[in-house]
Amino acid sequence: MSNVAGAIQNVFNEPGCDKNVGKSEKERKKGCTKQLQPGAAAGGCAFDGAKIALQPIIDVAHLVHGPIACEGNSWDNRGAKSSGSKLFRTSFTTDMDEHDIVFGGEKHLYKSIKEIIEKYNPPAVFVYQTCVPAMIGDDIEAVCKSAAKKFGKPVIPINSPGFVGPKNLGNKLAGEALLEHVIGTEEPEFTTPYDINIIGEYNLSGELWQVKPLLDELGIRILACISGDARYHEVASSHRARAAMMVCSKAMINIARKMNERYDIPFFEGSFYGIGDMSESLREIARLLVERGAPQELKARTEAVIQREEARAWSRIAAYRDRLQGKRVLLITGGVKSWSVVAALQEAGMEVVGTSTKKSTKEDKERIKELVGDDAHMFDDMTPREMYRMLKEARADIMLSGGRTQFVALKAKMPWLDINQERHHAYAGYEGMVDMVHEIDKALSNPIWEQVRRPAPWETVVAEINKIA
Amino acid sequence: MAKVLTSKKACTVNPLKMSQPVGGALAFMGINGCMPMLHGSQGCTSFGLVLFVRHFREAIPLQTTAMSEVATVLGGLENVQQAILNIATRTKPDIIGICSTGVTETKGDDVNGFIKLIRAKHPELDNIALIYVSTPDFKGAFQDGWAAAVNQIVETLVERPAHGVRLSRKVNVLPGCHITPGDIDELRDMIEAFGLRAHFLPDLSGSLDGHIPENFTPTTLGGIGVAEIRGMGSALATIAIGEQMRGAAITLEHKTGVPYRVFDRITGLSASDELMEYLSEVGGTPVPAKYRRQRSQLVDAMLDGHFHFGGKNVAIGAEPDLLWSTASFLTEMGCHVTAAVSSTGSPVLERVPTEEVLIGDLEDLEQRAANADLLITHSHGRQAAERLNIPLYRLGLPTFDRLGAGHVVTVGYRGTRNLIFEIGNIFMASAHEPGPDSWPVIDNPQAELVQLSGGI
Repeated sequence: MSNVAGAIQNVFNEPGCDKNVGKSEKERKKGCTKQLQPGAAAGGCAFDGAKIALQPIIDVAHLVHGPIACEGNSWDNRGAKSSGSKLFRTSFTTDMDEHDIVFGGEKHLYKSIKEIIEKYNPPAVFVYQTCVPAMIGDDIEAVCKSAAKKFGKPVIPINSPGFVGPKNLGNKLAGEALLEHVIGTEEPEFTTPYDINIIGEYNLSGELWQVKPLLDELGIRILACISGDARYHEVASSHRARAAMMVCSKAMINIARKMNERYDIPFFEGSFYGIGDMSESLREIARLLVERGAPQELKARTEAVIQREEARAWSRIAAYRDRLQGKRVLLITGGVKSWSVVAALQEAGMEVVGTSTKKSTKEDKERIKELVGDDAHMFDDMTPREMYRMLKEARADIMLSGGRTQFVALKAKMPWLDINQERHHAYAGYEGMVDMVHEIDKALSNPIWEQVRRPAPWETVVAEINKIA
Repeated sequence: MAKVLTSKKACTVNPLKMSQPVGGALAFMGINGCMPMLHGSQGCTSFGLVLFVRHFREAIPLQTTAMSEVATVLGGLENVQQAILNIATRTKPDIIGICSTGVTETKGDDVNGFIKLIRAKHPELDNIALIYVSTPDFKGAFQDGWAAAVNQIVETLVERPAHGVRLSRKVNVLPGCHITPGDIDELRDMIEAFGLRAHFLPDLSGSLDGHIPENFTPTTLGGIGVAEIRGMGSALATIAIGEQMRGAAITLEHKTGVPYRVFDRITGLSASDELMEYLSEVGGTPVPAKYRRQRSQLVDAMLDGHFHFGGKNVAIGAEPDLLWSTASFLTEMGCHVTAAVSSTGSPVLERVPTEEVLIGDLEDLEQRAANADLLITHSHGRQAAERLNIPLYRLGLPTFDRLGAGHVVTVGYRGTRNLIFEIGNIFMASAHEPGPDSWPVIDNPQAELVQLSGGI
């Protein structure tokens, strides 16, 4: 366990994070997540976070060492898409039983790795530690090391058992595992001055493919996306990139920063959500590549693409104005940055009547204030009951949120759009924003709303009688 | 008579099995005003919650004691106490159902002891029922967790009726976890048609049947009430559905003397007949005209459908009671169950009409399903079906890529008729069109004959 403890302290010390730098030594040791409240907690564990971060690597066998719960209750439930191998969707687990608990699960794990390599021959096996084997002291690092030696294949330990913390910590511990065991272990076939890494993008619903065609057009090559639609080899040779973009706020900041330190790869933090953000990200990619020696003309070409795509996107969104003018949106988001979505909603004529800022930084809040006007609409932590009341009283026309709260809206007979990680629609880049506005329009204009809100005939009769009486 | 084997593989690939605690938690969701909770790391709960949200498409009440690494090592008393107090103040439940997990079982937390200490310290909790059930992740499967929870609920709550009074029109029903909310509705109609009143424990038809409640509530919204459970001892009889419910039925009888009868399946003509006969006996009334009509419709559906079922090879992956019920029905329709995989041990497995039942995973099922015309398992069979290029009929939990999982009805005459139509339609849709080369001339008729006689 000392290894995990060390890794955790390591990720708690993050000079790349402004918030972290502002803390005292003691505060920093506590980490950045709130203590979990028994009986009032929601959200995944560190193992869940590690799996989310790495499972999008498509050609790797992801083996979960633990009892059936960790994998059996949750497999094949994340929406990362692949353009090649489907092995990442095959579920592997040691399914530990009582015998393992009593005698230790290391041999069982070793045999499992052997079976996987014999049957599926993947370029690498990732082994995920979970709570029970961590408790009984299974040393997965030692097992992985000896299996790697024996089978001549990378076997990577991901030491992120669920009980060490929440999902976000698991994201970072997964990053540590890549830094320690994967990145820099292989070489790309060739390099170009246009090679970039995209860090923290998981290709959910295929969102990477809403962005990649534009990069292709500009001649920019994604050397590795960590980890959406990635091959093991790409991640292993990602240290030869010229520049990197870090997506999804701070989830994988440790990878970006340490790759900068170790391999001199400059990075910026950007987002593909929202039109302005998308343009800014393209601009930054071009700027960093030019800084690293790519021809100056890349910048002009990038500007031309931005101009073309922005104009096209805004005019497509404006086409919805007549239909969406004045519609009020309740925006409850975690991962997707509130303010970048707000701009697109406003362009389509909608009004944001409330937004959650639970996971937003101070900067985010400032930008929301700029866009929405005042902070009366910002909720730090809105309970489902409050959301329900707001919708039931028709103070909003639609709610945009994650799957957990969808029934709050639907049971209030109000339109709802999924904008979280399990969503089935892709909302990245210029295409994504237009699609999102289109989806909102589809949700709002569906003829069911008028029907489902109409009272039942017997309810009308009661109301009539009450009126007469 | 099937040979029951256990997979010898070290690595489980594409699990069929889910864990005990989530099965236990689902049982608690069939009680009104309940907050189920897993005593473990917050991930245990989060995975279970997502699983049920995707299956039922409903908000799912499920809490966690949010055990950290340190808390796990030191023991969970404080977390259990804090969780109960938090739930009590925030959601005001009638009952909190606590299931253990792998971590807290490995540590060996004495949760019943914790509850005693918490009760002594917090009299304000006196009107909230607290039930703890041991459901380690590293033992058994979903079905076992469900059965253990129901048994524990009966053990803790059901009271011996005063003066041994029995109500002549009241029956208890203990449905297994393979019985859907839609099945329960169907069963209730059947039982009421005999002038009887049915009390289901658990009753998912009240809580997870997908209805629009008047108000927002953080606990379960519907299901059997705690007072109703306490009163189950005054019933005339208990009907247990599925072998998994035998234990709870026996416990109920031991505590209160209510006699029980286990129906190991209620899908298929003969199985439905048995249930009807029993209800008629208990209710003291003849089978109502409605069900005589339904029986006749089922017989007709069997006649129309058998053309498409006869001789078909089917591969089934399901928990024991669902496997037994489905395999029996298909065999009665003329299919061959050529592969059967299950999740956990049960006395019904050796009775499954097939050569061999394997306690294994969906990789095992896929390997054995190469010659099958149809694959039947939960939604996780979708990748295997795609690779094998055979149709998949989704049955069981989780069914996350189809609508209406909670309303699938396969019990009684009408449910069996439904199932014939649903599966028969799949067979019809995937029937092979003949082509000019479908009947080639054979070079060596003698060898063919030898091969044929070996195959029959």
